[in-house]
Amino acid sequence: MSPVVTHYCPGCSHGVVHRLIAEVLDEMGLRESTVGVASVGCSVLAYNYFETDFVQAPHGRAPAVATGVKRANPDMTVFTYQGDGDMAAIGTSEVIHAAVRGEKITCIMYNNTIYGMTGGQMSPTTLMGAVTATTPYGRGPEAGMPYRMAELLAQTPGSVYVARTHVADVANIVKTKRAIRAAFEAQQKGLGFTMVEVMGNCPTNWGLTPSEGNKYVTEEMLKVFPLGVLKDTTKEVAS
Amino acid sequence: MNHEMELTMVKGNEALGEAAIRAGCRYFFGYPITPQSELPAYMSRRMPEVKGCYLQAESEVAAINMVLGASAAGVRVMTSSSSPGYSLKQEGISYMVGSQLPCVVVNVQRGGPGLGNIQPSQADYFQMVKGGGHGDYKMISLAPSTVQELVDLTVLAFELADKYMSPVGILGDGLLGQTMEPVRFPEMSPELPYRTGALTGAKGRAKRFITSLDLSAEALEAHNLRLQAKFAEMKKNETRWEEYLCDDAEMVVVAYGTSARICRAAVDAARGLGFKVGMLRPIAVWPFPNEALARLAERGVAQFLDVEMSAGQMLEDVQLSVLGRAKVHFYGRLGGLVPTPREVLGEIRKLLGGEAK
Repeated sequence: MSPVVTHYCPGCSHGVVHRLIAEVLDEMGLRESTVGVASVGCSVLAYNYFETDFVQAPHGRAPAVATGVKRANPDMTVFTYQGDGDMAAIGTSEVIHAAVRGEKITCIMYNNTIYGMTGGQMSPTTLMGAVTATTPYGRGPEAGMPYRMAELLAQTPGSVYVARTHVADVANIVKTKRAIRAAFEAQQKGLGFTMVEVMGNCPTNWGLTPSEGNKYVTEEMLKVFPLGVLKDTTKEVAS
Repeated sequence: MNHEMELTMVKGNEALGEAAIRAGCRYFFGYPITPQSELPAYMSRRMPEVKGCYLQAESEVAAINMVLGASAAGVRVMTSSSSPGYSLKQEGISYMVGSQLPCVVVNVQRGGPGLGNIQPSQADYFQMVKGGGHGDYKMISLAPSTVQELVDLTVLAFELADKYMSPVGILGDGLLGQTMEPVRFPEMSPELPYRTGALTGAKGRAKRFITSLDLSAEALEAHNLRLQAKFAEMKKNETRWEEYLCDDAEMVVVAYGTSARICRAAVDAARGLGFKVGMLRPIAVWPFPNEALARLAERGVAQFLDVEMSAGQMLEDVQLSVLGRAKVHFYGRLGGLVPTPREVLGEIRKLLGGEAK
């Protein structure tokens, strides 16, 4: 990580997930051979915080940009850092087809079920009934229902490791780091597409305190987004 | 195909592909669309032979963003499409201009608007020449009129993209893409290293990042002014055109690409009838040869006839160059129709009174 203050709101978990990725890259000795791809949304400035090379992608296109980087320089470790709006709405096509092709990249999705940067609008993963800037009466079925990106990517043949974790408490922060490491290890072995969906908070746009926000993650969001390693074929693929 | 330095009969789309490879392009990301599909098909065959990468993207949007990533990684890279698909690429092109990343984008134009048809057209002039995507930007756009010129300008496109660190467009059309002509290819470029300044991992140096974002208005204005200075350099150095029989011309036909090819025949026929007609052909449609046209108007060319396979898009640039010093006429065919030399000759005769001098 770079020695700078992040722009993230107090209590936001983006910084935690950034740190986990940076620690994994350091521990695996990959910092100097990594290219990150920043997305559009709150994490658009991720390139200011990592001590790795970075390129910033148009909204939703990070997995396509990552594909270009990785194909042009297969020696690089390439990851995208996206939110649920970026990956699960405007970027659905790019991430699914990166998985379909088994691109040897790692996509991290920070799922806080809301558009943060633009001011708290509904995203495809917003829980039913949730009040947001664009669902003032609560999300109803006419606005669709939350869908599970990790499950979608897990059932795609080209993916080899897909997990969902959360970072609302210390034990699960540790588990998240383990999942991120497993994803990067699979990429290093050249096995295929890897993805970790990390459930996190957005106290500012939820109108909650950070601790209330973390409680919302564990008590409400996990009902819709079950945790776990959804796919791990790294051993079969490697053998 | 024979890859030696001899004349070979090649279809425009395939010639473009081979020229790109000769120019050191080893990465091609595309998506099928008529009438450019021979180009990705050629690349899919040829790239493995030169240890390059051909990848069929899931959309034109994804393809241009793969180009963005590969360019950030420091390689020569190309994508191609036709009008509706080119529309989809413009978001990525705007990002690449803003991020100062080079690439070559090919637009083999077809009839529009909307799905239109698959016949040749020149109705994408505005989106190539006037920006197209969002933000203040310009893109060098080269408009070949023969298959040999397509080869030569493709090589040039890669050189200009790297020189200015910006996307360069090749503006063709369905007719040129499908035309078979004898061409001579340049020699194969030596293997190119990753471009200086590319993202190759922060080993033994500070990290680099490539972005088009700047949240400070002052800083973004400064960035824009730097880009504008670059566009001014392009305008100064990269304006390219051909003047054909213009020295004594009383009327000058202005046309590019396939239209220019047709107009050349019409001009020859008109000369045969004794009309003092010439042709100015923009080789780059941006930067546009405003000054060359202005000089002709100042020298006494009384009439210009702009001929396009569109409703008159380049026409606006011709009018802006001439600035009322001469009459500017227009003849165009739309919807995928190609004007014939006879039609253009008919226009010339009509405008010059039908009487040879």
